This record gives sequence, C-alpha cells and structure tokens, in this order.
Amino acid sequence: MNKEIPPYRVNGIIPLEVIKELGLLPPEERLKKGPVVLIECPERIPCNICVSACPYGAISMNSITDIPKVDWNKCVGCATCVALCPGLAIFVIDLSQEDKGYVTVPHEFLPAPKKGEEVTLLGKDGRTLGTGKVVRVFERNKTYVVTVEVPKELVFEVRAIWVGKK
Amino acid sequence: MPSASNGVDRRIWAHPILEFKRGKKVKFYFEGKEVEGYENESIAIALYASGIDILSWTPQGRPRGAFCMIGKCSSCFMVVNGVPNTRTCREPVREGLQVFRQRGLPSIPEVREEGESPEEEVLETDVLIIGGGPAGLSAALKAAEYGLNVLLVEDHFRLGGQLVKQTHKFFGSKELFGGLRGFQIAEMLADKVLNNENIKVLTETIAYGVFRDGWVGLASKNKHYRVRAKTMIFATGAHENYLAFPGNDLPGVMGAGGAQTLMNEYGVRPGNNALVVGAGNVGLIIAYQLLQAGVNVKGIVEIMPQIGGWAVHAAKVRRYGIPIFTRHTIKRVWGKDRVEGATIVQVDENFQPIPGTEKDIECDLVLLAVGLTPDASLLAQTGAKMAWVSELGGLVAYRTKYMETTVPGVFIAGDVKGIEEATVAMLEGQIAALSAVIKVKGEIPKAVEEREKLVKILDEYRQSPLLARVREGIKKVLLTEGECYE
Repeated sequence: MNKEIPPYRVNGIIPLEVIKELGLLPPEERLKKGPVVLIECPERIPCNICVSACPYGAISMNSITDIPKVDWNKCVGCATCVALCPGLAIFVIDLSQEDKGYVTVPHEFLPAPKKGEEVTLLGKDGRTLGTGKVVRVFERNKTYVVTVEVPKELVFEVRAIWVGKK
Repeated sequence: MPSASNGVDRRIWAHPILEFKRGKKVKFYFEGKEVEGYENESIAIALYASGIDILSWTPQGRPRGAFCMIGKCSSCFMVVNGVPNTRTCREPVREGLQVFRQRGLPSIPEVREEGESPEEEVLETDVLIIGGGPAGLSAALKAAEYGLNVLLVEDHFRLGGQLVKQTHKFFGSKELFGGLRGFQIAEMLADKVLNNENIKVLTETIAYGVFRDGWVGLASKNKHYRVRAKTMIFATGAHENYLAFPGNDLPGVMGAGGAQTLMNEYGVRPGNNALVVGAGNVGLIIAYQLLQAGVNVKGIVEIMPQIGGWAVHAAKVRRYGIPIFTRHTIKRVWGKDRVEGATIVQVDENFQPIPGTEKDIECDLVLLAVGLTPDASLLAQTGAKMAWVSELGGLVAYRTKYMETTVPGVFIAGDVKGIEEATVAMLEGQIAALSAVIKVKGEIPKAVEEREKLVKILDEYRQSPLLARVREGIKKVLLTEGECYE
C-alpha cells in the first residue's frame, strides 16, 4: 500500500520534470518556432476531449484512459484545447520572440479580462509573479482563454492570471 | 411590518459561469416578519439568502442550520402553514406562507378536515424509474427510445439530481457529454425527458415502499399512487457523509453539496471565508467553485498523506493560492450561533492528532467533502441481496454487468450501486434501461448489441489506475447471470 507518492499528489503542483517524462514538453526546435501546446495532465483520466477539440488533429490517444500525445508539427498553438479541456490543464506557450514570452491560460472568474489590460500573474502555487499585459482574449462556453505577455524566464511558471490585485 | 432580512442579501448577482433565472418576487412570513424570496427558490434558500442561519433547535436547544439542502438531512425541518417537519430546503416559496422554527420536537398536527383525503390512482408501467438524476434521466430516455412506457419518479420539484449544481466541465468523451458543464447536461436531459411522450414524470413524489407482485407505493402532496411495474430501475443516488468533531452541528458546517445547492443552483453565497474538509474530487471542485462565487477559501484539509482527487483539480485550486493541508484533520469548530472559526491538527501515521500542531483558522463556513453513502434503503425492500462494500461507500446490491440485482427485473444505476460519478451514472442508466427493454420485449438484437457496446465503454472508462479502488469494490458484488438467479 505504501507505494511512493508523487509529490504532485501531495501539493497539487505538477512540475516540469513530470511533464517532460510524459513526453508532453515540446522539443527545443519547436519552442523556437512559435506558440505550442503544453498539456499538464499526468494522470490517466478517462477523458479525450482534447483529441476531439483540436482542429488540426494534433492530439491523439489510443484509449480514453491514455495520456494525450501531441504531434508537434501539427500543433499551431491555437489554444482551442485550452478553452475546452475539462481539467483546465492545457496551456499554450510561446518562446519564439527575442525579448518576450507569452503564456495562454484558461480563466473562469469575474471580471472578464480585457485586451491591453495589466493583470496579476500567478504561479503554480498561487504566488504572485508580477504583472503582465493581456494580448489576446477569447471565450468558449464561459471559459476565457487569455494570452499574457510575460518575461521569457516565467513562461514555465505562470499558470493563471487575476484581474486586479490578488 | 419589520423585515427579517435587515437588508441582508446573500444572493450572487454576477457569476462567471452561471446566470440565475429568478422568478417573480414573493413575500412570505418568517416568525411574523416579512421576508422576500423569488419564485423557484425554496423556503430554506430564501431564508438563508436573507441572513437567517438558524433553521431549528434540537430538543437540547442546539441551533441547526442548512446542511444537505437536498431533502435528506432533516436540519431544515420547519413549521410551514401549520405543518411541522416540512423539509424547507425542497419546499418552494409561495406568497403569504407562514414559516416558524421548531424548538425541539413539534406537536403533532391537527387531524385534517373532511374532504381533504388524498386522491388515489393506479398506474401500470413497463418500467418504473426511481430518481431523476443523471442515471434515472438517461435510463428513461433509453427505455423510451425502445418504445417502453416509462414512469419516472423524483422527490425534488425539478429534474437533474446533483447535476444541476455542477458548474465544471465533465471529463469523458464528446459522445458522453464530456466537455459540457454538469448543469448543461442536466438541462439537456431533463428537457428531452419532459418532451418525450413515452415518459410520464412525477416530481415532488416519493416512492415510499415496495410490495408483493411488483407493486410500489408513491406519495405526492395530494395524491397517492399504486404502481404496478413490469421492471424497476433504482437510481436513488446517495447522501453526504458527516464527520464527528465538536461543534459539527453548528450552522455554517455544511455538506459540500449543500453549499453547491446554495451557490450554484440558487445563486446564494454560502459564506465569506471557507474551510473545506476532504481533498477528493468533490472537495477540490467545491473549493474552486467557492472562489468563483466570491468566497475566500482558507484551505483544504485532507487526513490522508495525499490528495484523493485528480491532480489537475488540485492544480486548479493551488494556482489561486488555496493551500492543501494533507495529513491534517479538523479538530473542532467554534462560534455562538454560527461557525466563527475552526481548529485543524496534523495527524500521525495512524491518523491520530499530533498534540501541539493545532492551527486556528477564522472562517464562517466549514464544508464537509468526506464521501457519500449510497441511498439503498428503498432498494433493500425489494429483497435484493446486499453487501457492505467500503470501496463503494456502503451497503450496495449484488448485480450483473447488465445492472440487474438478484431480484429479476430490478435494476440499479448510478451512485446507489456504489459511489462513482455522473458519466458512469449516465452509462449505467442506459445499460439498465436496455436490460429492462430486453426483459419486457425479449432479446431484440439492436438492444442486445447496444448494451454490449455500453458495457465495453464503461469497462474502458474504469481502467484508469486511479480508479483501482472502485474496480476492487465492484468485483466484490459482481455476479454472472447464472449466479444472479440462483
């Protein structure tokens, strides 16, 4: 019974190493090209919504309890899956610019974020990581999908935004 | 006329996911004072929204408030227009109602005047479905699709069961309504059921007893039904578990589902500062929903060394700064007429509190998300063979993979057969319905084939490593068809 418990099942923080081990970290060359999906889904949830959500057929699974598999050449970073993932576990990251990075996160709180607005950036543990400018917002079935401009080194840290102070 | 609310309004007027369709304003009287509610609200909801925390006192004088809010726990018993022990969480508000709190046990009401004896009706049906949640609604639609005449009974005044208060998007596949929010699935299913001419729906009606030769007794407020059913599907769901600690009956200690009813079904903020007990999926999801309703969440305590729910649900609440205290439990709550705070404490390997690790948390809301127990008492009346299976939450019936119990023609679906979740309930409802179709109409190839397909999908669905415990539980009560009829 006393199998080793992965730390994310204690603290709810899914680290980059786990994502990498699952094959869900986009390869270096792909990261340089432009926005790409980052799926932080470490457990075999009976769910394949991301597979049917992707307009480009970039996500696949053999059975409903598989870990999603991404075809990095097909993914264009459109963030449709960010809007539809029931676990709110999908993000889009963009490391293709010289001086700025971009992170796209789901958001289901009021007030609705607006393009051009400065919002609070939150890390995986809820820590405030400064502010960032909203560059794109769209909404699907009450989930806002928000792209924020962040310092490049924070692309793997920022996982939520908050409108106003948190 | 003085108002009971003193200007308090706990209603949520803007929500990121939900739009609350409030009906006309309704005035009624709470202990002689005027209170405003809205059509479609229940009495307990309208009172809570107006700032009334105490709904009754026990015979020992302890205050009791909202707990389950789905007609199961009895905390909301009040005298309504002279009728004591009215479950006010389920009783719609009406203009001019006179509502009083009970102090201890109420007096027995006067004998009704002549001419008020309830009407009687005898109904015959191919399949009687008890429970109008995800399992019952899915069963009704599938049975009706194959031409069965369906009678669906639900004790609430609206259909949908606990789906109506689920604001999160469901896992699963597109075909199983995955990606939709729970309340959206409920609306869709209820709408289809209400517009299906093969399905007769009785809401605000309780199935109270099972009798010889397939007879079942139903009671609504003004009518008594005797039903003769060729087959029955029990989809009676579950109720929330209590947890023992000093002060656990103080208003403000609530079932997580009770808080969901308040904030997601009726748009009433259950409190300002919350502590959640239990980090299973229910506890994690409720914490996120509290945040959406504008409630500050102080933390989630979990007695086990790890969270019980999916990591993605935990990640969702951690991002917004909600702490999860594993290896912790609640020691007590304090407060006068309502929770004012709680003490949590760390536990050792044997789940015993470690002295000196207590931490006080100021909060006005303590939500218990410590599991559910199947509501199998009516089912047990059929004589179906039952067993206590802790992995499934309590007393459940032996069943085949086609959801038939040891009583031929009596089927089960959803949480009554063991605690899982709504997607499974919808699959099981359909499987049980197809079994009823086959029982009534014989082995129609299309029905047999569809049933096999659904059994296979359900099996695949349960293959996730994190569902190992449920699989173990099911194994203990799964029978082959041969064993079932022995």
